[in-house]
Amino acid sequence: MAFDKMELRDIEVWDGNFAAAQALRQCQIDVVAAYPITPSTPIVEGYAKFLADNYIEGEFVMVESEHAAMSGCIGAAAAGGRVATATSSQGFALMVETLYQASGMRLPIVLNVVNRALASPLNVNGDHSDMYLGRDSGWIQIDAYCPQDAYDLNFIAFRVSEDHDIRLPAMVHQDGFMTSHTAQGVTTISDDAAYNFVGDYKPMNDMLDFEHPVTHGVQTEEDWHFEHKARQHNDLMTKVLPKIEEVFKDFEKLSGRRYNIVEEYETKDADVCVVCLGSSVETAREVAGEMREKGIKAGVVGIRVIRPFPFAQIRDALKDIKAIAALDRSSPNGAPGMLFNEIAGSLFNTDTKALLSGYVYGLGGRDLTKAQLVDLFTELQANVDAGKVTTPLQQFIGVRGPKLSYL
Amino acid sequence: MSEMKKIKNLKEFSTSADRFEGANLLCPGCAHSIIVREVLNATNDDLVLSASTGCLEVCTAVYPYTSWDASWIHIGFENGSTAVAGAEAMYKALKRKGRLKQPERNPKFVSFAGDGASYDIGFQWISGCMERGHNMMHIVLDNEVYANTGGQRSSSTPIGASATTSPAGRVSYGEKRNKKDMVSIMASHHIPYSAQVSPNKWKDMVKKIQHGFAVDGPVFINAASPCTTEWKFDPKDTMTIADLATDSLVFPLYEIIDGKELNITYRPKNIVPVEDYLAAQGRFKHLFKDEYKYLIKEWQERIDDNWAYLQRREEARV
Repeated sequence: MAFDKMELRDIEVWDGNFAAAQALRQCQIDVVAAYPITPSTPIVEGYAKFLADNYIEGEFVMVESEHAAMSGCIGAAAAGGRVATATSSQGFALMVETLYQASGMRLPIVLNVVNRALASPLNVNGDHSDMYLGRDSGWIQIDAYCPQDAYDLNFIAFRVSEDHDIRLPAMVHQDGFMTSHTAQGVTTISDDAAYNFVGDYKPMNDMLDFEHPVTHGVQTEEDWHFEHKARQHNDLMTKVLPKIEEVFKDFEKLSGRRYNIVEEYETKDADVCVVCLGSSVETAREVAGEMREKGIKAGVVGIRVIRPFPFAQIRDALKDIKAIAALDRSSPNGAPGMLFNEIAGSLFNTDTKALLSGYVYGLGGRDLTKAQLVDLFTELQANVDAGKVTTPLQQFIGVRGPKLSYL
Repeated sequence: MSEMKKIKNLKEFSTSADRFEGANLLCPGCAHSIIVREVLNATNDDLVLSASTGCLEVCTAVYPYTSWDASWIHIGFENGSTAVAGAEAMYKALKRKGRLKQPERNPKFVSFAGDGASYDIGFQWISGCMERGHNMMHIVLDNEVYANTGGQRSSSTPIGASATTSPAGRVSYGEKRNKKDMVSIMASHHIPYSAQVSPNKWKDMVKKIQHGFAVDGPVFINAASPCTTEWKFDPKDTMTIADLATDSLVFPLYEIIDGKELNITYRPKNIVPVEDYLAAQGRFKHLFKDEYKYLIKEWQERIDDNWAYLQRREEARV
């Protein structure tokens, strides 16, 4: 194999982008069609360099836009091979049309989304507005909190996406700059072990099998469209989470690293709890630990899988919590944040008496500070003591000027 | 070079299409199906095809049916060319890795799209495919209108044509601008082969398609596709209209090799006045009113100029 010249150490110091690029190399992607955009560019640059150095065999198609990138990925995936690409923000927005087409055609593609704010105003830094733009597109969405996750979750994404029962494309998210450009220690897997984990690509209905020509992307109207979408939706809702759970277990056997669909931290006896995702999870865990030293029983729930949303696991994790804060790193204008809505939806029709409030933070790459999280946990404890939500239901954290809130 | 299909006569040719079924929903008299059959008839090689959103796509792959007995994909209005480019990249990758199921096969990659999907919304994608040098052929089924959505203008709609978004009316003669010269634009990408074809000149078409399949690299084909519905003529007259288009030189047949060498491939023995071409179609009916007759004169001048220009280019080999 061409890339056995490249020896990885057990622990490498990689940023999230390079970790993702290395995962793509080890999965031996057949085709990457890509268009550069900050902060995700180094992922596909990495793939191009691996090709240039003969560490991998494959095709890199440097297209003229993100829309074409996903279009090329769709054609390549339908042809029958392993396909991946990466994007962020405006590029993601330009891709959105094709994202629906990829999932509707049930094509396994892995898209690394390095999360970044959507313009306008133009901003290159990380928030989750692009992530949420894709939430109805029919893709599996998995979230990395750090470079190690960005590396590991790519392998997991291919295993789930390419399963013949699933056949749905998957996104691996990581926070722009905070994860993508911050180098940390990453415990690696050897090339052979990594490739064995994802396995050989097993094509299904591939266009390059000329003995069995296939028609991809048919038209359906009211006579069949509903059945196709309902089946796709049902498969996403019922098959994906058990499969992810199974692959997480296999991955633990391989690496010793355990991932969970919902990542609980000190939730068993917690009174107050923060629910969040992305790089904030690690900060929140640290602050929760400090709050416990001050006598506040704090916990953190990190969401690992955004789509399909793990309603049952969330319900389970939050069932005995007295006050919950849903932290959203995007602000869907005209409504509370996505997590707030999803958490509220998860807890509805349950016995919980939990007080739920929503916080919007960190738009356009603004830091979420430990001091802000201390205030937040304190506020949640005040809600518990008062037996009601004492502050506005939805607040913006860390905005300059007069305090902004609503509801 | 791959196996060329030998075709003796029109009868054999018209019955030998086995990869595009007669069962489809295209209008009676539609030139699209004729062109597709002529293209597919030009080769015995395996095919990977795409269609952009348009008449051809919506009429040939309505679940649970398909008219295609060859691998075929549709994604969207604009990106059929890039879908084929992606498949072609995958073919190269799998071939190199020795993972093709039938490694001895030598497939042709073809994207079909209408003028809307090529001249307008899909322009950027095609340009990208041409520039990157994919081994593929993009074929425009040029009916000079958005026929699938009901007759709106495209940038291929010629001046004076009445389309629903550029209708002729009391103070308007319809489309105000002349047709975009796509062949020149695509040839300017210095691709190995670009050409105009028309279904009535089927031998010329087959020759050009075979040439296109034989070269290594991107090929652009612009095919005249008379549209009975939007050009407003009787379905039985499709080939008559196509004859008028090529013989009036409204749609001259030529090829450009390597973006430079231009060859005229059909010289009508008797050049028909453009008036005959216009008069045969309902979309130009209003031009025959007294106040618009000057436009017919301008049409003729423009056609003459273009013919002179093509001949000069041919002579000069530029």
